[in-house]
Amino acid sequence: MSQSKQQVFRLATGGRIDRTRTLSFTFNGQPYQGHPGDTLASALLANGVDIVNRSFKYSRPRGIVAAGAEEPNAIVQLGSSEAAQVPNVRATQQALFNDLTARSTNGWPNVQRDLMGLVGKLGGQFMPPGFYYKTFMAPASMWLTYEKYIRKAAGLGRSPMEDDPDSYDHFNQHCDVLVVGAGAAGLSAALAAARSGARVMVADEQEEMGGSLLESRETLNGKPADQWAAQVLEELAGCENVSLLPRTTVNGYHDHNFVTLHERRTEHLGETAPVVNGHRPVRSRMHRVRVGQVILATGAHERPLVYAGNDVPGNLLAGAVSTYIRRYGVVPGRQLVLSTSNDYGYRAALDWKEAGCEVVAIVDAREAPKGDWIDAARAQGIKIITGSAVIEAKGSNRVTGARVAKIDIDAFKVSGPVQELACDTIASSGGYSPVIHLASHTGARPTWRDDIIGFVPGLVKGVQACGGVNGTYALGDVIAEGVEAGIKAVATMGYTAQTVNIPSAERLQQGPAVALFQVPHEKPTLRGPKQFVDLQNDVTAAGIELATREGFESIEHIKRYTAMGFGTDQGKLGNINGMAIAARCLNRSIPEVGTTVFRPNYTPVTFGAIVGRHCRDLFDPERYTALHQWHVERGAEFEDVGQWKRPWYYPQKMSGKTETMHEAVARECLAVREKVGILDASTLGKIDIQGPDAREFLARIYTNKWEKLAVGKCRYGLMCKDDGMVTDDGVTSCLAENHFLMTTTTGGAAAILEWLELWHQTEWPELDVYFSSVTDHWATMTITGPEARKLLAEISDIDLDRDSFKFMDWRSGKVAGVPARVFRISFTGELTFEINVQANYAMHVWQTLFKHGEKYGLTPYGTETMHVLRAEKGFIIVGQETDGSVTPEDLGMQWCVGYDKPFSWIGKRALTRSDTKRENRKQLVGLRPKDPKVILEEGAQIVLDPKHAIPMPMVGHVTSSYYSPILDAGFALAVVKGGHQKLGETVYLPMADGQTHEAEIVSTVFYDPKGERQHV
Amino acid sequence: MFYIYCPYCGEHREEEEFHPKGQAHIERPKNPEECSDEEWGDYLFFRDNPRGVHHEMWVHAVGCRKFFNITRHTVSYEILETYKMGEQPSITAANQTQSREAAAVSHQEGVRA
Repeated sequence: MSQSKQQVFRLATGGRIDRTRTLSFTFNGQPYQGHPGDTLASALLANGVDIVNRSFKYSRPRGIVAAGAEEPNAIVQLGSSEAAQVPNVRATQQALFNDLTARSTNGWPNVQRDLMGLVGKLGGQFMPPGFYYKTFMAPASMWLTYEKYIRKAAGLGRSPMEDDPDSYDHFNQHCDVLVVGAGAAGLSAALAAARSGARVMVADEQEEMGGSLLESRETLNGKPADQWAAQVLEELAGCENVSLLPRTTVNGYHDHNFVTLHERRTEHLGETAPVVNGHRPVRSRMHRVRVGQVILATGAHERPLVYAGNDVPGNLLAGAVSTYIRRYGVVPGRQLVLSTSNDYGYRAALDWKEAGCEVVAIVDAREAPKGDWIDAARAQGIKIITGSAVIEAKGSNRVTGARVAKIDIDAFKVSGPVQELACDTIASSGGYSPVIHLASHTGARPTWRDDIIGFVPGLVKGVQACGGVNGTYALGDVIAEGVEAGIKAVATMGYTAQTVNIPSAERLQQGPAVALFQVPHEKPTLRGPKQFVDLQNDVTAAGIELATREGFESIEHIKRYTAMGFGTDQGKLGNINGMAIAARCLNRSIPEVGTTVFRPNYTPVTFGAIVGRHCRDLFDPERYTALHQWHVERGAEFEDVGQWKRPWYYPQKMSGKTETMHEAVARECLAVREKVGILDASTLGKIDIQGPDAREFLARIYTNKWEKLAVGKCRYGLMCKDDGMVTDDGVTSCLAENHFLMTTTTGGAAAILEWLELWHQTEWPELDVYFSSVTDHWATMTITGPEARKLLAEISDIDLDRDSFKFMDWRSGKVAGVPARVFRISFTGELTFEINVQANYAMHVWQTLFKHGEKYGLTPYGTETMHVLRAEKGFIIVGQETDGSVTPEDLGMQWCVGYDKPFSWIGKRALTRSDTKRENRKQLVGLRPKDPKVILEEGAQIVLDPKHAIPMPMVGHVTSSYYSPILDAGFALAVVKGGHQKLGETVYLPMADGQTHEAEIVSTVFYDPKGERQHV
Repeated sequence: MFYIYCPYCGEHREEEEFHPKGQAHIERPKNPEECSDEEWGDYLFFRDNPRGVHHEMWVHAVGCRKFFNITRHTVSYEILETYKMGEQPSITAANQTQSREAAAVSHQEGVRA
């Protein structure tokens, strides 16, 4: 097949494409050809592909409407393999590359013959706005069933199910001036800013910088406008202080001039980044930029007119028609009817005519349009029908004709006879809507301007708008405004601006536009053919009118009821028309109705770019203790505790079989109770506290007393917030008169340090005390069990005699030849020594312990065994037995509360509030299941009467529950209302599977109730 | 994401380095035992939620670890000033109507628009 036959709508000359090279691509399985410089959309139009999608709700055939980011219909799925799938790509923004593979996002089995279309045709009558809400609300239980089908029918692209072969990254940057958009305004601003020496970034979302200059009919300095753009870009490219970012969308404008830019680095080259020198370059990049001054030069989107059948393929924006002809050398049809409310639309007809195709008529809503472009059209012999509009497009899979009539805009009615013009393309222009999205991200409300019939951005500090986004459209004015913005921006940043010669532009005669949004039809809106406002979400003028009739008056409510402006589209084409229709129905002005809020992102951003390098191993930092490698080699299973990796248990291989967790934990528990076990406790938070007032500080921050703790002694402490609720616990040791070592829970270490600093810095700055985290400085090895003393005695010079080194003492000395602090504290209830050594000596000490420990049966144990052993003793874990609503008294830990301390310590006053004093608070108790084989579920709810009708009154829940190997029975800790008074009573635990467990409320101490073993 | 001037470091840093700690200038009653339950409850639980100028405490958590105060506009999110612990704000809801803009820019070195 020859090229011309394939690309039947391609012009022989013109456009910014390279006709010397041909690219192949497939769309919905069909092979096509295009050229470098094409977008997927321009190549599809060149090949005469009319239908690119099926609509979201009604499944109507849809064609390409626009030529840029505002395209609502041509949303495609890219990728020839599973791993390369990319959803929701606008064909108008996707550069063509060889072997590109694209599919329609909607439409099954295909867009030409769509089964859902039948449903749409039938369902359309029954699918008013709010249809889903109204229809599928009841019964609520059926929603999951409905949803599955609705989602399948709706279709919004799909994510790949395989790993992405590409890599993505983030750049964190600063600049003085960020110019958003590299059209006439942006280039002028960038040039002015760049010449001052300020650090300038210029971001533009298109393949090529230059914006509308690339397709302009106008001249600058007497030459085609694109030549001026090329000249400016050349100068900017040569400036060291300027970075030019093409294919980069500024997607979010956040607080304090923080701006996120999505740079697509290889999307124009292939579906995955092509390998260069054996490396796959970064596919796309997120620039996170803190900007001094933002210059918005985002331009304006043309607004389509809302008329019946305006969604049939062949209805395009007037400006898009010009873009396809002038930039891509494609005429998207043969016979054009143009419907316009302004002078700008005329350019499409002039371009069409110059391309050698037929302009059937220009239909102008104004009675007596006057201006240079109108004169040009008349000179070309184009028929102009005034005071009229296209009221309806005919055709189903492609426009076949336009129904044209005189209209009375003020009375909103058709005021003359209707004539039908045969044509295959209808271009419409209702004027321009400035692209105010980014400015809206900052929360600034836009301002309506009657003179330009559009909203201009409300501005926060540090931002300026110039050109189209500011409602300035005449080329000469746009450039002057851009230069001014650039000069102002650099001046604010302390740079001296240099002169910029503003190129001379033609001064065109233009007439005023008329405010036309929805075009009246002979039939009332609710009964006439569909007039689409938001093509992507299938929102019609009738839908908006119905919403207002049903009482939705706020534009935000109308948006949510109709879905206008939702989705990847974010209301780029439809929003202003929708507001205008709402205003008409509510008999208000557009500024009274106001706009909805645009939110980031401006266009969809791939998750890869959002995530950058923060995935897989780099998702979150992992912290390892000094002994980690030993645990790995020993085959430990690990548990995440905060960012720490802690050994969970050490399964052993026995005769080729690996122990289950249950078996391993049982073995580890018994080893501790009967011989000796060892735990890597290095992750416990350690805070070094020094200063003359350290002791006073501890007394204020902890619930218990500290004034008498002597050097060489340790004490367990409870910490509350000032609401009286337990927030942390741990042992603090007196190292010297002015020197203490506090331990915290592993997960709470950083927060507790901040908590100490908070009180010191804000309430008690007069206390002379200093805090320093030493968690990583020390490794902690806990040896515990009846043989612990014998083991330690073999390798330590410390006097371990039970009467000189008592329980809750600490001593310094050498262990395995290394300076150590040894703490005789216990979290297992057994004889325990916690050996602390400088972290880099830890492996030596640990290995020495094992060398000597084998004969004592030294067994490494992990966090699971630690939990079982401490629970057998009724020792709490903050965050497990407590949840921010538990007081020391609820825990039965009055022994740890210094009621008579002189200073009203943190949490004390709250313990006498009416709520903390009330009867029936949940209190910590032990639970012994009646059936010892039962292990209660943690979190299980407790009731007193299992025969009570549902919902049963719940009196508490299980906080910890394990199998105890030493007791050979299940046991649990729980909080129960008034539990301290209920010892011996029976409670019930109804489970999800219908079983009900029975348990007795008992003491929290299940093993060694007198606490003798830790004192041996 | 905020751009916060730490009055101790004397530099602007990204919000990621800081933790917000709620309303500023909440003083713990000197004699808690003399407070009624209601007074103590007010101290513990009740905070202002103004539309406009608000004083907040923040901490430079992964920087100098110092607590300090921020005067922030809750509508524009603009940070009008930051000041050290123990100091009083120069911009308040009462006086902010007198040329808020000017104060915001010139109040301290390093505050950029």
